[in-house]
Amino acid sequence: MAKVHVTTSINGEPMEFLCEPSDTMLDALRGPLALTGSKEGCASGDCGACSITLDDRLVCSCLMLAVESEGHEIRTIEGLAQGERLHPLQQKFLEMAALQCGICTSGMLVASDALLKKNPDPSEEEVRFWLAGNLCRCTGYDKIVRAVMETAAEMRAH
Amino acid sequence: MNLVTNNKWIGQRTIRPDGMDKVTGRAQFAADTTMPGMIWGKVLRSPHPHARIRSIDTSKAEKLPGVKAVVTSKDIVDFPIEKGAVMLGIQDMRWMCRNVMARDKALFPGHPIAAVAATTEAIAEEACKLIEVDYEVLPWSIEIDDALKLDAPILHEFNKFDGKPSNIVGRLEHKKGDIERGFEQADIVIERTFTTRPVHQGYIEPHACLISVAPDGKTTIWSSSQGQFMVRAMTAYLTGIPQSDIRAIPAEIGGGFGGKTIVYLEPLATLLAKKSGRPVKMVMTREEVMRATGPTSGSKSTVKIGATKDGKIVAAHGTFYLQAGAFPGSPIRGAAGCSFTPYDIPNLLSEGYDVCSNRSKVAAYRAPGAPIGAYAVECVLDEVAEALKIDPLDFRLKNAAKEGTKAAHGPVFPRIGYIETVEAAKASPHYAAPLGDGNGKLRGRGVASGFWFNAGGESSAQVNITEDGNVVVTTGHPDIGGSRAGIANICAELLGIDYRRVSVIIGDTQTVGFSNLTGGSRVLFASAMVVTQSTEKIIQTLRERAAKIWEIDPEAVKWENGAAHPASPNAGQFEPLTLEELAEKAPAMGGPIGAGVQLNTQGADGGFGTHVCDVEVDVDLGIARVIRYTAVQDVGRAIHPGYVEGQLQGGVAQGIGWALNEEYIYTKEGKVDNPGFLDYRMPVCSDLPMIDCIMVEIPNPKHPQGVKGVGEVPLVPVMAAVANAIYNALGKRFYALPMSPPKVLEKLEGPMQQAAE
Repeated sequence: MAKVHVTTSINGEPMEFLCEPSDTMLDALRGPLALTGSKEGCASGDCGACSITLDDRLVCSCLMLAVESEGHEIRTIEGLAQGERLHPLQQKFLEMAALQCGICTSGMLVASDALLKKNPDPSEEEVRFWLAGNLCRCTGYDKIVRAVMETAAEMRAH
Repeated sequence: MNLVTNNKWIGQRTIRPDGMDKVTGRAQFAADTTMPGMIWGKVLRSPHPHARIRSIDTSKAEKLPGVKAVVTSKDIVDFPIEKGAVMLGIQDMRWMCRNVMARDKALFPGHPIAAVAATTEAIAEEACKLIEVDYEVLPWSIEIDDALKLDAPILHEFNKFDGKPSNIVGRLEHKKGDIERGFEQADIVIERTFTTRPVHQGYIEPHACLISVAPDGKTTIWSSSQGQFMVRAMTAYLTGIPQSDIRAIPAEIGGGFGGKTIVYLEPLATLLAKKSGRPVKMVMTREEVMRATGPTSGSKSTVKIGATKDGKIVAAHGTFYLQAGAFPGSPIRGAAGCSFTPYDIPNLLSEGYDVCSNRSKVAAYRAPGAPIGAYAVECVLDEVAEALKIDPLDFRLKNAAKEGTKAAHGPVFPRIGYIETVEAAKASPHYAAPLGDGNGKLRGRGVASGFWFNAGGESSAQVNITEDGNVVVTTGHPDIGGSRAGIANICAELLGIDYRRVSVIIGDTQTVGFSNLTGGSRVLFASAMVVTQSTEKIIQTLRERAAKIWEIDPEAVKWENGAAHPASPNAGQFEPLTLEELAEKAPAMGGPIGAGVQLNTQGADGGFGTHVCDVEVDVDLGIARVIRYTAVQDVGRAIHPGYVEGQLQGGVAQGIGWALNEEYIYTKEGKVDNPGFLDYRMPVCSDLPMIDCIMVEIPNPKHPQGVKGVGEVPLVPVMAAVANAIYNALGKRFYALPMSPPKVLEKLEGPMQQAAE
């Protein structure tokens, strides 16, 4: 089958790519777009390691077809920092050791950023339920939850 | 002991050297790597739990356009059974060559039968379907009881136990005193039988590799593993390529927990790359990971403990049957050797049995075997303490192993920190806190302890001073949970410079000396030793260089705060020479400054932990939730407290999953029925509370910084702590894991059904 031409925006940049009609957005990101920050842990939407946002809505890129990005705004982990300046969540994850192996980290950060945009003052329970779609097998989530809450507090103060 | 005091960096929560790459998505994990001309490999796997392979016809697959190579077991080096064991670490290559690809028999659903490389993943998958395999389907068994039946299908006919063909492929025992006489002295004896289900390590990153083989045989492997040297050696053994021709480059590793201490894909991808002349990439699906890698053993254990009225344990007997899966090698040493170790028991017999059955070969999982043993022992201890009306922590204190205690597995303990962990648990705010009102749900509290051996072993490091006076440390152990941060802290501390001036990289097999696996809680213990010795050599060189410049004796120069200083006023008056200044002068003063050290590190101390767990059980839904958890552990010395706590918290989370939900479920056909993250239910963020850590620091006297391994102990006590807490909540005891909602409801005799009626 012929490949499909897709025009979209990724991390604020206009982007074009070719994909199979059956390719997932994760396939496109990791393949022709060479953005490998989004990871494939399960390909079934259960681990959240491939989390991205589509028009500011948090999605698992493994559950979305690449062609569905046509005309929409995609954001990935590669777009979280502004040049040399880390996003406050990235900085806090580093300071508070909120990562161990690091494979879930991209998805955790994208999901946490989406949460704080929606709710700048989440309770611990809200953080835990929001991040329930992002599996982490190393940290026990403790430091991740603390980092998200502390970032939220700092961002509210500024 | 040469402990560094007044530390600037050791014990600080510094930012890990590889952190920036990981929070920005730049870090290169194995599946992130590509190469020009790369093609894709896929594996055809057995649909049967047990089947003789009569023939394999790959001709149709080979003719499919886009297919570049097909390999079967004929292409893999054979290690004949009758020629005896060929050991590589703890792995016998006779089993490894049959595990990476079935030889005469398929032994579990998912067992590789053939592998194909093609220009796209889809074509490779299609080609796998065109391979014709003639199977003679055989009877099979999954569960221990079935595998031990007199008429059980025997997986390996060559194996004999008690003179007869058997699925028992190994036995070990640890013995001390005389258990019969010991039990005679007991006022109370409790004996229980426990079962646990196989559970997967559950790393989020599936196995992956990219391999290039040049026409002259020079091979480059990028892969995710807990040891690039293990990858090199196993691939060499299984493909016949000399180790010197294989460069194994460690990608960042997305979790392992023991499950990435053996190879699955690398030998197959190497052979496909060799045959096709193209670089080959292979990535497992989650389903392949669940069906054909890991997990750890399911088990059946019987534990009998006898104690006197005054609370002294006088005898204990443990029998631990562990599932090995398709090939010998279940962690009976961890189960039989660790479970009674926290206690000073005069009469003890601890036996382990290694049992083969038709499921994937087990792989190491965090303190392999020890959590299984501790679950049984620590639950029986709880019952004995209750029967004697003694607080469970007091009961442990009364029987605690300490300096001078002879452990059943051999050693006489040096100064250990077990008692301190129990005392800290007892003194914790958690243990003193009231359980509180469950708002209709039942609450309970449980405790448990655990031990893991910890390991030393081979490690290499190279430390080089850059021309601008900074530092590059190269070690040979994949960084699975922040070890680079600990190494940077130590090197910076010794040199007296800012830790940000130390870059820590993981070398590949051809650029750093042999380093054994990241496993056994050994990495920071071992790498700290070689990094310390390398850095000390460098400091010696720096002092000599300064002495030469000042024209004084090197002994009259001391190294402090990142600079050479005269050791005393008698040495003369000189301005300090900093690391940067000495690096700048290096070309004129003897050349580059660097030092490497290779050691078989010794002196690892075992690790002890004691946990306190609160649960809340919804008796209508059967759901048990952990609502508060405190993990106490003797960590020796926390070089980077953040990552030490992370190890404790992560281990506890895995244990809670094992206790409450995780299990391999099989279909009637002997296939894993829950091979994905939806149905294999690992804890998610909303399942867990914060996990409090209390780090007891009893420094290891045989280590320059006092380090003890910390990674594995935290999983050992968890299932027992949760089970004891659920007992405390319900007054009913579980003898089988997981304590999932259907099982809890069953135990409660179906109050929901009754309510519905």
